[in-house]
Amino acid sequence: MKLIVSLFPHIHTKDSIPWRMWNVVIALIPALVMSIITFGWDALWVILISIGACLLTEWLITRFLFKEKKFTLLNGSALITGLLLGFNLPSILPWWMIIMGGVVAIGIAKMSFGGLGANIWNPALVGRVFLLLSFPAAMTTWPTGINSPFHQITTGASQAAADASSGATLLTYINNGNTDLSSYNLLDMAIGNMNGSLGEIGGFAIIGGFVWLLLTRVITWHIPVAVVGSAAFFSWVFGGAPILDIFAGGLLLGAVFMATDYVTSPMTHTGQIIYGIMIGFLTIIIRRFSAYPEGVSFAILLMNSFVPLINRYCRPSIFGMKERRKMAV
Amino acid sequence: MSVKTFHKGGIHPPEEKLTADSPLRELQVPEELSLPLSQCIGAPSKAVVKAGDIVVRGQMIAEAGGFVSAPIHSPVNGTVKKIEGVRNPQGLWQEAIILVPDAENPLADESTPRTKEEIEALSPQDIIKLVNLNGIVGLGGATFPTHVKLSIPEGKYADYILINGAECEPYLTCDDLLMQTEPEKILIGASLIMKATGAKRCIVGIEINKREAIKKMKDAASKFQSIEVQPLKKKYPQGSEKQLIYALTGRTVPAGCLPVDCHCVVDNVATAFAIYEAIYLQKPLMERIVTVTGKDLSGRGNFKVLNGTSLSFLLLNAGGLPENTGKVIAGGPMMGRAVSFPDSPATKGLSGLVVMPLSQSERKESEPCIRCSACVMACPMGLEPYLFMQQAERNYWEDMKGHGVLNCIECGCCSYSCPASRPLLDWIRYGKNMLRKMK
Amino acid sequence: MIPITILVLGVIGIVAAVLLFLAAKKFHVYENPVIGQVEELLPGANCGGCGFSGCHAFAVECANATSLEGLYCTSLPKGGMLKVAEIVGLAPSEAQKKVAVVKCGANCETRRQVNIYDGVSSCAIEASLYQGESNCVYGCLGNGDCVKACPFDAMQIDPVNRLAHVDFDKCTGCGKCVEACPRNLCELVAWPKDRALVWVVCSNKDKGAVVTKECGLGCIGCSKCRKVCPTQSPAITSFLAYIDQNTCISCGNCIEACPRHCIFSSSPIEKKEEESVTETTSEKL
Repeated sequence: MKLIVSLFPHIHTKDSIPWRMWNVVIALIPALVMSIITFGWDALWVILISIGACLLTEWLITRFLFKEKKFTLLNGSALITGLLLGFNLPSILPWWMIIMGGVVAIGIAKMSFGGLGANIWNPALVGRVFLLLSFPAAMTTWPTGINSPFHQITTGASQAAADASSGATLLTYINNGNTDLSSYNLLDMAIGNMNGSLGEIGGFAIIGGFVWLLLTRVITWHIPVAVVGSAAFFSWVFGGAPILDIFAGGLLLGAVFMATDYVTSPMTHTGQIIYGIMIGFLTIIIRRFSAYPEGVSFAILLMNSFVPLINRYCRPSIFGMKERRKMAV
Repeated sequence: MSVKTFHKGGIHPPEEKLTADSPLRELQVPEELSLPLSQCIGAPSKAVVKAGDIVVRGQMIAEAGGFVSAPIHSPVNGTVKKIEGVRNPQGLWQEAIILVPDAENPLADESTPRTKEEIEALSPQDIIKLVNLNGIVGLGGATFPTHVKLSIPEGKYADYILINGAECEPYLTCDDLLMQTEPEKILIGASLIMKATGAKRCIVGIEINKREAIKKMKDAASKFQSIEVQPLKKKYPQGSEKQLIYALTGRTVPAGCLPVDCHCVVDNVATAFAIYEAIYLQKPLMERIVTVTGKDLSGRGNFKVLNGTSLSFLLLNAGGLPENTGKVIAGGPMMGRAVSFPDSPATKGLSGLVVMPLSQSERKESEPCIRCSACVMACPMGLEPYLFMQQAERNYWEDMKGHGVLNCIECGCCSYSCPASRPLLDWIRYGKNMLRKMK
Repeated sequence: MIPITILVLGVIGIVAAVLLFLAAKKFHVYENPVIGQVEELLPGANCGGCGFSGCHAFAVECANATSLEGLYCTSLPKGGMLKVAEIVGLAPSEAQKKVAVVKCGANCETRRQVNIYDGVSSCAIEASLYQGESNCVYGCLGNGDCVKACPFDAMQIDPVNRLAHVDFDKCTGCGKCVEACPRNLCELVAWPKDRALVWVVCSNKDKGAVVTKECGLGCIGCSKCRKVCPTQSPAITSFLAYIDQNTCISCGNCIEACPRHCIFSSSPIEKKEEESVTETTSEKL
């Protein structure tokens, strides 16, 4: 019998990258269901095309460019990129644009940096921003005549529901300089009875996913809470309606699923809170003062760039270092 | 009563205390004992016997090789066969004294307990000297000579004695058993340490998964003034000196300093017990309790093991290695060393032998770091293991030092918690070795 | 409009050029042109085989030297030092080429694997942990720290036997592998020009009886090699033979006489008086 020799520790946690990634996928399912209910099967098509494009790009690159023999698709990271990219697109985007987005997301934003763990920016968001800048019209054209089955449960048709059927989003409405928000119903927005990208319309579905991620300890509360909290605060500071800023648009989706991407977020809790607050701040700044009605993607990508810097200055404190300095004095 | 713990990092590995209810089992005396000359941190001991000498149980056969060193005693009546190189559990050569026990009464003991008056008359210096002469080292696994710890340096003082009964390592139950069976003697040992160091208070820290031990120790402690028993939350590495001091007293050992710098002395329960035996019974350290355990080991249990017994003899008495054995660990699974040479002898520092089945022995394949910060969150010292690994791979030794790698206590929390199964600690230890060499 | 644009840009260009010229003049650091010429000849691997921190340092040393005694780049091709000597105008130094040899030749057949190492593929880490995968605590670990250290691609790990080999044609004797090997198996020896290099492929210092258990090839210190050697080159210290390259004449007697077959030569040695071809090596040349 040959004994195995290795350095301690000899036991290992059950936690693994695939376990974490598949839990994120599970957490995304409520939002997926929500988008299918609201936008119909178009939504599923968009997401499937986006996932397919991402998986295929990753496989081709690992197989033929990196020449790795190991099959890495099952760890779920490309799947999540595909899902999240799909969630960031309108349901009526042409299929070839979706594929372009997927290729950019995986090929340029992830693989050109060296694959899993090496990218600086969130791949799905790079894909989305690429599409938004390349095809601004297509990316901001929402389907008309959306009528969620949940429509009946809200009392009377609110403005959000009306927007949903007319093909505009609430954020466009705000961005156009309208300040009268009294006709918007929170319940409509929270249950996805509004217009927007696939994944951003179901506030409660995303919160459900957040709870799942917390329970399985895939993420901690720091980043999402910091993002949402600071967005609400600055929305109030700039005279907006915090609740609307949270529920309308992709803030929740971004805060829970994209800002928390391990690779592109800071390592320590202090860093994560600074990062989250800055994302919330930048989102509101972009929403209020720029030509774009939505700013979550840009805010997250901007802060992704600062993560190395945040990591450098928000180190964990070494146990006993403070006492050591006191001794030296 | 409140349950305390340390605040930074830490992990919760599965307990697997399979031998928690096993009684202490005596082993028959093996045919041959080999006692390595280096059994503790510091200088190796110097043999004072030669081949052919007759030795009796408790006789000193090797003297301390320096201040940081401890003598070694014969655990049996017998003859010295030879002094030659034997392999340690890692397969490396070291000098050892080979003893052949007598056929009859190898364990017969003629030492007499000290009388009460004699013990009362011992001064702190006498106690420290006796601790040294009886070859007592830290039995938690680090094997640091205890008399060095008890000799408080000039200008410093100790006000707390902390007795470590945390036993946070999974699988191991030897300290648990000792606390259940000999609570009073442990506390007598603790009060001897208090006398030697001049400390006024003593706290025994025990993790709450050892209910029976806590109860017995509390009962025993009620007879002692100034000794209290403090339950601790279950969290690894609670048994590490710095973490234990924080958990029990709320004090922080300054980085790069010793426990005595925050006026604490930490000793394991088994060490306290050994001090009791040495001073009351005049019995030097020559045997200890070893947990031999494993999921598929038929005869697992807690054994009283003579110093120098070969590990394979021990495993044989615990039912023999099962077919599916992948790894044998000397010590606990978090900080124990994998055994490559099972015929090597048990030394003073051996707290357990864990037999791992093949399915749990192989490491998972390492994947790229996804910067999930699991290692940073798990590190009880507030370090950044992921960064150290990157620096070590690129040989940036000075950068590692700058980020405080020398504070690492090698508890293994980082490697344990890494979802990508990266060998973080392998590289950190390599970096520390390189820095030590550069000095 | 267009002529003005061209004019403005042109003027800016000229001003910038003048500024650059002045800056280059002002901040110019004089360096002996010989240094540059010498450095151009050097391989640029910064291997440190010459004893200096790198190729530039060596070039500076050459340019400032009054004699090239002791200054020798081991990595230059034949006649390379002559060119250097020409440039600096001094007599070339005669340094013997050195090569690294690996003092372990035990393959899987002779040195059985007794355990499985499951960790980082690095000899230094494995060596700090324990004995290694075989019972010999002196032998090659086969994780290739030397391969990673070698700047000239002269080291290889035999994939079957997990044993380090030196390609003597590529080896320049820089000594990087000597530093890298945690078991000190690599040694720099003088490369004999006109004969084969003969060395002992074992570093085991244990007693003969122990060695035979550990390895089928290990040197047991029987000193048979010394007895058959006409120049008494092999010396035995702590049960291990070591061949003195200064006195070795590559007669090949020891290779034949060694009962453990642990003496290798860099090329087959043909006996002049007899027809027999001696034991050659697994070393590919």
